Amino acid sequence: MSTLSRDEVARVAGLARIDLTPAELDRLAGELDVIVESVARVSEIATPDVPATSHPLPLTNVFRPDVPVEPVDRALVLASAPEHIDGKFAVPQILGEDA
Amino acid sequence: MSTLVDYDDAVARYDTVIGIEVHVELGTKTKMFDGAPAGFGEEPNTSVTPVSLGLPGSLPVVNGVAVEYAIRIGLALNCSIAETCRFARKNYFYPDVPKNFQTSQYDEPIAYEGWVDVELDDGSIFRVEIERAHMEEDAGKNTHIGGSDGRIHGAEYSLVDYNRAGIPLVEIVTKPITGAGARAPEVARAYVQTLRDLFRALEVSEARMERGNVRADVNVSIRPTPESPLGTRTETKNVNSFRSVERAVRYEVSRQAGVLDDGIAIIQETRHWHEDTGTTASGRVKSDAEDYRYFPEPDLVPIAPDRAWVEEIRASLPELPAARRRRLQGEWQYADAEMRDVVNAGAVELIETTIAAGASPAAARKWWMGELARTAKQQEVELAELPVTPTQIGQLQKLVDDGRINDKLARQVLEGVLAGEGDPETVLVARGLEVVSDDGPLLEAIDAALAAQPDIAEKIRSGNLGPVGAIIGAVMKATRGQADAGRVRELLLERIQG
Amino acid sequence: MSLTRLSAAVLAEKLAAKEVSSVEVTQAHLDRIADVDGAVHAFLQVSSDAALAAAADVDARRTSGESLHALAGVPIAVKDVVVTKGLETTAGSKILEGWIPPYDATLVEKLKAAGLPILGKTNMDEFAMGSSTEHSAYGNTHNPWDLDRIPGGSGGGSAAAVAAYEAPLAIGTDTGGSIRQPAAVTGTVGVKPTYGGVSRYGLIALASSLDQAGPVTRTVLDSALLHELIGGHDPRDSTSIDEPLSPLVAAARQGANGDLTGVRVGVIRELQGEGYQPGVLARFEESLELLRNAGAQIVEVSCPHFTYALAAYYLILPAEASSNLAKFDGMRFGLRVVPEDNPTAERVMSATRGQGFGDEVKRRIILGTYALSAGYYDAYYGSAQKVRTLIQRDFTAAFEQADVLVSPTAPTTAFKLGEKLDDPLAMYLNDVATIPANLAGVPGLSLPSGLSDDGLPVGFQVLAPAKADDRLYRVGAALEALLEKEWGGPLLLKAPELEVGR
Repeated sequence: MSTLSRDEVARVAGLARIDLTPAELDRLAGELDVIVESVARVSEIATPDVPATSHPLPLTNVFRPDVPVEPVDRALVLASAPEHIDGKFAVPQILGEDA
Repeated sequence: MSTLVDYDDAVARYDTVIGIEVHVELGTKTKMFDGAPAGFGEEPNTSVTPVSLGLPGSLPVVNGVAVEYAIRIGLALNCSIAETCRFARKNYFYPDVPKNFQTSQYDEPIAYEGWVDVELDDGSIFRVEIERAHMEEDAGKNTHIGGSDGRIHGAEYSLVDYNRAGIPLVEIVTKPITGAGARAPEVARAYVQTLRDLFRALEVSEARMERGNVRADVNVSIRPTPESPLGTRTETKNVNSFRSVERAVRYEVSRQAGVLDDGIAIIQETRHWHEDTGTTASGRVKSDAEDYRYFPEPDLVPIAPDRAWVEEIRASLPELPAARRRRLQGEWQYADAEMRDVVNAGAVELIETTIAAGASPAAARKWWMGELARTAKQQEVELAELPVTPTQIGQLQKLVDDGRINDKLARQVLEGVLAGEGDPETVLVARGLEVVSDDGPLLEAIDAALAAQPDIAEKIRSGNLGPVGAIIGAVMKATRGQADAGRVRELLLERIQG
Repeated sequence: MSLTRLSAAVLAEKLAAKEVSSVEVTQAHLDRIADVDGAVHAFLQVSSDAALAAAADVDARRTSGESLHALAGVPIAVKDVVVTKGLETTAGSKILEGWIPPYDATLVEKLKAAGLPILGKTNMDEFAMGSSTEHSAYGNTHNPWDLDRIPGGSGGGSAAAVAAYEAPLAIGTDTGGSIRQPAAVTGTVGVKPTYGGVSRYGLIALASSLDQAGPVTRTVLDSALLHELIGGHDPRDSTSIDEPLSPLVAAARQGANGDLTGVRVGVIRELQGEGYQPGVLARFEESLELLRNAGAQIVEVSCPHFTYALAAYYLILPAEASSNLAKFDGMRFGLRVVPEDNPTAERVMSATRGQGFGDEVKRRIILGTYALSAGYYDAYYGSAQKVRTLIQRDFTAAFEQADVLVSPTAPTTAFKLGEKLDDPLAMYLNDVATIPANLAGVPGLSLPSGLSDDGLPVGFQVLAPAKADDRLYRVGAALEALLEKEWGGPLLLKAPELEVGR
């Protein structure tokens, strides 16, 4: 049912924010096509009468009381950040953001 | 670029359809999915846990109070509360979204299919149909640092604070609002205002527009006639005041009419509202913006609100603003127009408290919608921001009712209260404004006035009561207004006739 | 006998009796790591100082007469996918190189509270994606039975550490077999608890609806002891079961007497035959015979939808992983790669992820993104979730006929390093027998059942209904006792001695 073209892999990699080299793209397109064809057989038995299961156990209504906890130590968090300034995470310019 | 079409011209030739998405930040103590304090104004990145920072390994757990608040909102909007519903992940990459997905509700909102009646300026009621109300989490805040000094490794950058990330939100989505015609901008504004009042009455949020507690996204489309198929809509994001909501709809109608007049198709897009110019502008078109790859959040389990719980919440709902207004109008016996002015001025609570402090409904309205409204307008502030309490107005009116001051003196006392001189009683004493109630000084003043104006005195004595006002005026002047004019008249007539 | 050869249960007894100190036990294992880990490469980080400090602390507490946990003082290795405060945690990925977590996973808090010194962090396939540990960004782990072979995956490091006597206990995580399959190919014991039995808080998520942490040990009893310690309800994990665990240690002790009278053991028809190595099947049959002799009733059960499990798994896992791994973007922690020109946030994210993720991770993220993307959701992810329902129904029906289900853990013994690296589908087939349990959330255990014709260990898998983990331990301990009686001791005694080289 499926063929996963090189263009499609490139589009999806963009959606997933992963830069791929042309060589990677070539290889992944081939591999993924085979994998997708193999996994597509799930639709053979997934008939409309079968409900979907997203959780292994049928739990419901797991709530937390609205009680504050101790925040995480900011110094420890920032120590592992690539860049930080004045207690904030410094990130590269965000496209389309108003200055 | 097409030119704007005059609004009246535009609505004469096109029918407007709007849709509004309102986000309200819930006033819970902690965030939607973790126990980080949901406060404001803290140092950056201090109201965060591994969960709100999206650190590897962290997991969300739903705040039960946030669910209760969402149900309250749903019930107040006459929605059905879902038997079971779920959270889903909305996947998109953005630095202020710590997990690079927002945990939201997609095809299974907690509340759906409701309505709310919105009162327009002329007192008519417009019913807005609600599509859904669902729970989600807020994002962090970016600050863009531009210019030559704001660069890391030679490049511009942004600073991110995640204190707001994970604050619980409820998003309320209307069905397409049709039939408003030229009044669509007003309906939009009144709808957002109605929701704001509702959130406050429900005590689910402080709902301060200026703090961004309530944010509106406004969808607008136009079509040749109400019978035509829906036109292509634009979504104007983050319109954050009542006035702006109204202006944004107006602007979009004028703009879209101009585009269509030129034979150009409207592009379905996100637009940004510019408060300063009162215009909207096209946002960046993101190629993958529409592919959020929603799927059920596997780290959370479904929510199946127990019916008994829902009924308990319904029973505990406070009286809602519209019902309350109807009740108060009946109790106060205000005319429709009077009540509407009171509501629009934001004076319902003020008058209610003033009445509780002893004033009659008529007197309370007279103060707040008269003298105080003028003062507020002059000072360009809201009524509630004036430095006088409803209780003080109640005290002031009592001084009048007891005959200790007349209306004119009361205004002077109020002036003193507003100047921070203390309660009405204190101002009264300090300024020495009490009505002269001793007849002695009044009789002296009357005699002096009669002596000073013998012609008039003669006319009165001969039975012509026409010019008594002149004598009373002179007496009032002589007593610096502190005399009770009624008493002066009585004494004057006794003097002449007796 | 060297301290490193003792089981955790025996070490615990000696520690309790003050025959040895935790510092001695911990130092013995650190020495063993120094001796053999150059060849095995089970560890990514060895935290000698912290481990010895924890050991000294527990010794002091014991001396002062404090009441301690049964495993107090027994050292443990932790898979690098588990977050440890102050100790570098990479999940085997370059994208997290140097990340020092500011918090502990719930299970790590429990280990620390119980006084188990943490020896270090073990190697794994990057983000637990793999069945051979070859997808680690930090080099291969070698199977102690044959250093040219894979130790299984993704938790090859934890299994190899235990098999090579570098640690008596280890923590693993199992999303589709990452505890059980490495146990099978290294001749050790591994347990995937019932989904929700052990808190996931602090496990770097691969597939949220499949992941479970569990014990990696050399004996069934040791697994029960560790499972009871790390298991139980955690309010920080919404999917955690809010009920007490079934009595696991008691079940293991009961099973060790070798009597299984009245226990119904179901053999899953679909998990044998084609694709399974003859030696694997032979050992499986022999174990069944032992169980029958111990009084168990052997029945055959059919789980017809298991043949679709692998396909469903390779849709659900990549889909969830593509979202779980989105946070690795170079903004808040870990690697940041800044391209030369015009480095916007968007481009930095793509460059960071392009360079920071290895091949298998990229493959699965792209597969998962595709499966969730507009127009494909119903055919792929939606259908896979339906298959999941069918597999759960298969289990429900099978457990009406049997108390436990059994199969070989993996279709083959350990293959050579590099052998399947270029064939992802062949690699995925290693998990064919372990995946159904993850899809249904039921618990599974693997224990050694002998050596195949190639002289390499074979695993025997026991599956139980959700929340009935105790059955795994009863049956597993019984079979272990019966097999060891035949072998004259643990299977690991047959493993070649590793060369000691420092």
